[in-house]
Amino acid sequence: MQESLKRTPLYPIHKQLGARLIEFGGWEMPVQYSGIIDEHLTVRSNMGIFDLSHLGEIEIRGDGALPLIQKLITNDAERNLVDGRILYTPMCNETGGIVDDVVVYRFRSDRYMLVVNATNIGVDFDWICAHNDTGAEIENRSDETVLIALQGRNAPKVLRKLTNIELTTLKYFWFTEGEVAGIPTIISRTGYTGEVGFELYAKTGCGGDLWNAIYEAMARIGGKPVGLGARDTLRLEMKYCLYGNDIDETTTPLEAELDWTISFDKRDFIGRDAIIKQRTEGIKRRLVGFQMLNRSVARPHYPVYQKNQHIGAVTSGLPSPSLKRNIGLAYLPIEQSKIYTKIDIEIRGKRYPAKVVRTPFYQPD
Amino acid sequence: MSEEQKYPEDLKYRETHEWARRESDIVIVGISDYAQEELQDVVYVELPEVGAVVEPEKEFGAIESVKAAFNLWTPVSGEIIEVNEELEDAPELINEYPYSLGWLIKIRMINPDELENLLSPNEYRALIKGERE
Repeated sequence: MQESLKRTPLYPIHKQLGARLIEFGGWEMPVQYSGIIDEHLTVRSNMGIFDLSHLGEIEIRGDGALPLIQKLITNDAERNLVDGRILYTPMCNETGGIVDDVVVYRFRSDRYMLVVNATNIGVDFDWICAHNDTGAEIENRSDETVLIALQGRNAPKVLRKLTNIELTTLKYFWFTEGEVAGIPTIISRTGYTGEVGFELYAKTGCGGDLWNAIYEAMARIGGKPVGLGARDTLRLEMKYCLYGNDIDETTTPLEAELDWTISFDKRDFIGRDAIIKQRTEGIKRRLVGFQMLNRSVARPHYPVYQKNQHIGAVTSGLPSPSLKRNIGLAYLPIEQSKIYTKIDIEIRGKRYPAKVVRTPFYQPD
Repeated sequence: MSEEQKYPEDLKYRETHEWARRESDIVIVGISDYAQEELQDVVYVELPEVGAVVEPEKEFGAIESVKAAFNLWTPVSGEIIEVNEELEDAPELINEYPYSLGWLIKIRMINPDELENLLSPNEYRALIKGERE
């Protein structure tokens, strides 16, 4: 491992749990503990705990906060947020390319938190500051924040034992503040797995205690720690985009089928003109799900063909542990992107059949 | 498992983590314990047909795990006389028994001198130690 890799405050715990560690976006992170398939299936059938402290938290405060956020994001924070609500949204550049996909938390009308991808913390912070002409206070709180996710059908049962906060009334994409195991925590009803679950934010110094309290309560009924490997398989089954794979500065929210995150009614936001132009002219390609028709596995960057014509590339691909099929995402030309369209994926120089399928690949019950 | 058991003494190794076991003019090929541990959860193995000719400069197949694809390189040149068909339905044998039931192919060697190019168990252990650091 390189000397310069960053570690979350929970690193010693991961080592103790026997995690295998990998480099991810400059971080030394657990990729797996008991095995990707085992962890994946445990989250689907029971629950799992994740260390996501590598993600970034950027706080934006003051009277200028909302106007700045409105300018930065494609979604509408004024119309769609109230205190305690959370919003998923791309943040675009002038050409409609995605700078990052972020989650916006509203604490008060003049205090927000943006949760951003680990690989983009610096880029996002600079981008936000560069567009701050409303005098908002911008603070990167990533280093002082731990983020622990508890995901799976038994997550509410476990968390209920550790907090007095009423969890049954906490709806999807809402958050509240309180104590978990005596530690001041932001409890967010969100996740990246498709299962019921929570994401918990606390001060770095409390990270170990918070993890241990949840871990003990969870492990007692079969919950397991989950690494980035299963995080990827879980999110792909739901067709949740991974920044850097499925979306980046060269793809637009329309192409990525994130139409629902664009507020065309909003008077102005960065990239609006480009996105409206693209909507008017019609998109040329879109991000679709496919399934391999043999046992080969498609991986990112593999070329996609139809009848010897090169039509696109795979952005994500792996064996789906829940479906026991090999699945993936690719940008395909609109006319070749309909469900059931037969395509070929080039794998190690040979082409293997696949078909476009409906997404999400997996439907949690 | 001790380091000795992880890399059996009667095998030769390629830097790309395949092992070779010589039985007269036949060589059996598999992947090392280190490789299976790196890959984890093997879900699919792509192997050539019996009768195909393989050579050390060319990949002869691949192992797919949930995490990644692992390209396979042969330790020696020759004709494939058998492939492990059990792996079709039970690819996890590679994780469970990398040196026995998880073998990949059997090759009739053309040039036994090629075995001299391979690593001894000690040399291979040193290589793994380097990769782990």
